[in-house]
Amino acid sequence: MHRRRLTSPGTATILSYMVNQSERLDRVFAALVDPTRRAILVKLERKGAASVSEIAEPFAIKLPAVMKHLDVLDDAGLITRSKAGRTVTVRLRPQPMREAMEWLGRYERFWSAGLDRLAAYAEAREASTKDKES
Amino acid sequence: MTSLTLVRRVRARPSIVFEAMTTAEGIAHWWGPDQGEPVLHAEADPRPGGTYRVRFRTHDGAEHESSGEFLEVTPLTRIVMSWRWTLGGADPGISRVEIVLRPVPEGTEITFTHAQLADEESRHSHEGGWNGAFDKLEAYLGGRA
Repeated sequence: MHRRRLTSPGTATILSYMVNQSERLDRVFAALVDPTRRAILVKLERKGAASVSEIAEPFAIKLPAVMKHLDVLDDAGLITRSKAGRTVTVRLRPQPMREAMEWLGRYERFWSAGLDRLAAYAEAREASTKDKES
Repeated sequence: MTSLTLVRRVRARPSIVFEAMTTAEGIAHWWGPDQGEPVLHAEADPRPGGTYRVRFRTHDGAEHESSGEFLEVTPLTRIVMSWRWTLGGADPGISRVEIVLRPVPEGTEITFTHAQLADEESRHSHEGGWNGAFDKLEAYLGGRA
């Protein structure tokens, strides 16, 4: 579950919003919380593909620990692994994240701005209705 | 399924909020992403099976239109509608908008959910590329604290 809180200048509304994701998206975010795993993805983004030992090289952690990180990234669908002889090649698979980000970003902006104005409009109407009532 | 949920509290009673969300006149006051740009046309028939259509302009001068069908309408509490871009949208699929209103001491709590449907999601997954995803990701995770 991902949550964010915003304050909106100019409207007297309490705003909060959260983004619900599918299980798959939860796995994506869980995978991305870890800085080592993010560094692995950034490296793969630059290089396109890398062997496990190349991936492990900059980190002060043992190979089995790197393999565990790769398992998490694999489960989230963010990488693919292929074996040729004794070498495992790791590749980035960006789609799961990209598609979700784009969709969420587009509608977040659209509705967030619209609801700001909805709030302003409804609050103005509420104020004028109260005036009439009193 | 990917979905976006926004929760807001508004200092107005549910009847006013409901009207603002379901009548053409109300919708014309707020629909669209850009401040100061007009809703060019709004129509709404808020009953199950009734349709809505909203055309608006954005800052870049482009006109957009979204339309769909009211799937559920429970006065003062709940609106469910289908959503599709019929002009100028980047998103050709059909999605689902659900609005739940709840009275709270200061007025109304709005829970607004826009859900991407399964077929739309699978279509997205066939698109490739990596542009800017890490920037967006960083902005996204920046809000997790």
